Amino acid sequence: MSLASDHRPAAPEGLAIAPALPDILKAIKPRTGVTGFLRRHPTIAVGGGLLLLLILVAGLAPYLGTVDPSALSPARRTRPPSALYWFGTDMLGRDIYSRVLYGTRVSLLVGFAVAILASIGGLAIGLVAGYVRWADSIIMRMMDSLMSIPPILLAVSLMAITRGSVGNVILAITIAEIPRVSRLVRGVVLSLREQPYVDGAVAAGTRTPMIILRHILPNTLAPMTVQATYICGSAMIVEAILSFIGAGVPPNVPSWGNIMAEGRALWQVKPFIVFFPAAFLSVTVLAVNLLGDGLRDMLDPRQAKGH
Amino acid sequence: MTRPLLEVNDLKKHYRIAGGLFGGKPSYVYAVDGVSFEVARGETLSLVGESGCGKSTVGRAVLRLFDITSGQVVLDGQRMDDASKDALHAFRRRVQVVFQDPFSSLNPRMKVRDILAEPIRNFGLAASAADLEERVGRLMDLVGLPREAVRRFPHQFSGGQRQRICIARALAAEPELIVCDEAVSALDVSVKAQIVNLLQDIQRELGLALLFISHDLAIVEHMTHRVAVMYLGKLVEVAPKRALFARPRHPYTKALLSAVPLPDPGAARNRIILTGDVPSPVNPPKGCRFHTRCPYAFDRCRSEEPELRVAPGEHWSACHLHDLPDAQNPLLAPLAS
Repeated sequence: MSLASDHRPAAPEGLAIAPALPDILKAIKPRTGVTGFLRRHPTIAVGGGLLLLLILVAGLAPYLGTVDPSALSPARRTRPPSALYWFGTDMLGRDIYSRVLYGTRVSLLVGFAVAILASIGGLAIGLVAGYVRWADSIIMRMMDSLMSIPPILLAVSLMAITRGSVGNVILAITIAEIPRVSRLVRGVVLSLREQPYVDGAVAAGTRTPMIILRHILPNTLAPMTVQATYICGSAMIVEAILSFIGAGVPPNVPSWGNIMAEGRALWQVKPFIVFFPAAFLSVTVLAVNLLGDGLRDMLDPRQAKGH
Repeated sequence: MTRPLLEVNDLKKHYRIAGGLFGGKPSYVYAVDGVSFEVARGETLSLVGESGCGKSTVGRAVLRLFDITSGQVVLDGQRMDDASKDALHAFRRRVQVVFQDPFSSLNPRMKVRDILAEPIRNFGLAASAADLEERVGRLMDLVGLPREAVRRFPHQFSGGQRQRICIARALAAEPELIVCDEAVSALDVSVKAQIVNLLQDIQRELGLALLFISHDLAIVEHMTHRVAVMYLGKLVEVAPKRALFARPRHPYTKALLSAVPLPDPGAARNRIILTGDVPSPVNPPKGCRFHTRCPYAFDRCRSEEPELRVAPGEHWSACHLHDLPDAQNPLLAPLAS
């Protein structure tokens, strides 16, 4: 009370002035820089951090105490985890730790490549379907028929008519994912094109290509990015499934699916062969999905905090 | 007599709602079914009517946001409904729009500067980059917003401020006509008054014509020169403001006016309460479209559709009652007792 009273005007006759508010509200200091960002978006921090770690693991696999992942050692097969073989050895005596680390490369490559290719393809198809009225039903019926084929079956048949390779796995999963992305983009475009600001831009003389580029495309990017991360996660899983059933990357390439497929017969007696690649797969997919959730919150400018 | 800035002749817009790929009898929504009016330079014409009567569709047709079913939209003697791409681009500069909802009529990902620069660039109005910035700044001055606010995003403004940005965007193209589609309906009363005054000031200053689409008769009375009343896709009455508010020549107008709230709660008044709902525009009633709800309807109204006919003082109305002798015409009785 005494703090404020000296510079406040004297109360007029017959009027009381309310006492000054005590200083109970702490000043909010908006944090900036990296720490502020991480505090505001903890899911991005956790997901992105894990993913970054996995990328480093994939890139630095030869320097992380690994041996040749396909070196056979029949005398030392199915050893349990130990100081020498951190994750144990499989039925051919190959070091599972090395195989899992090298397998990270396959999974990340397939996940990122499918996410990027399916996004680009789906975005292009979705924008055309959403904005060009007459093309809409033709394109979407084609996408519907593509969607009616189970993605695994589509991938298996594609792998059957082509040679098994990482590139073909990527192609197969991308084709299966494109219809879903284009549906999402088309839906967003259909709602965006009815927005008054699009009509306003048409009235302001903006021509159709610029309407799509400036007013439609940027507003599809947020849901698109989120979808891309989920696609990335699901592509990793599909790759593992394809490898597991023998329709994925060739068996000589160490991928998590291949390792699990080989350990399948022994999994009741030697569970560690399946456990480690499965754990890596789960953590990777979790990291990607966390990143997707965080991005979804961040990319909406109306939800931006601290402005 | 000088040529009007905008002429709309027998405008029709029908939407197909059924039938198509797998057959079926096509049915249509007759959203706008033969509307004609004119707007002079510097004039405000208000288009009023209850929701769903087609007034916004008329506004969007004037902006050529879609292809009309039939009729003509003529700007300054030039037909715009079938114009070529280049002619249409030139037309778009001269007719701009302010929409109802200030929250969805600005792209949330563009800064105010880019929103205002878009029409200036599209129509090549700026001589240089510096001229562009100067024009954007002047627009902000014109609508009473601080110049430095151009670096912000739309979501950082209040509803009234956003509507000012929308007006600035409309003005950026240096138009001759602005279509205000319920431009103040979404704002609260004090902000509404500010925006209405802003529109009036700008209109006076720049000599703009306004097509003011609204359901708010109090605001219409405040700011308009002439009023056109729409019911179910058709105009029922077009008249100068004073004449229309004092002596409405259509029962629907009369009912609308009697529904305007008065500031004096004790005032005695004869309210005309319309019964029933607006008939569906998919299947509009035969004869006069208003006959299902009109308190004065008689046999002729159910079979024959009335034409818009002019009375002295450029007072157009579409009602059979005016063929009756004056003594029997209930519309000529005074509105309030």
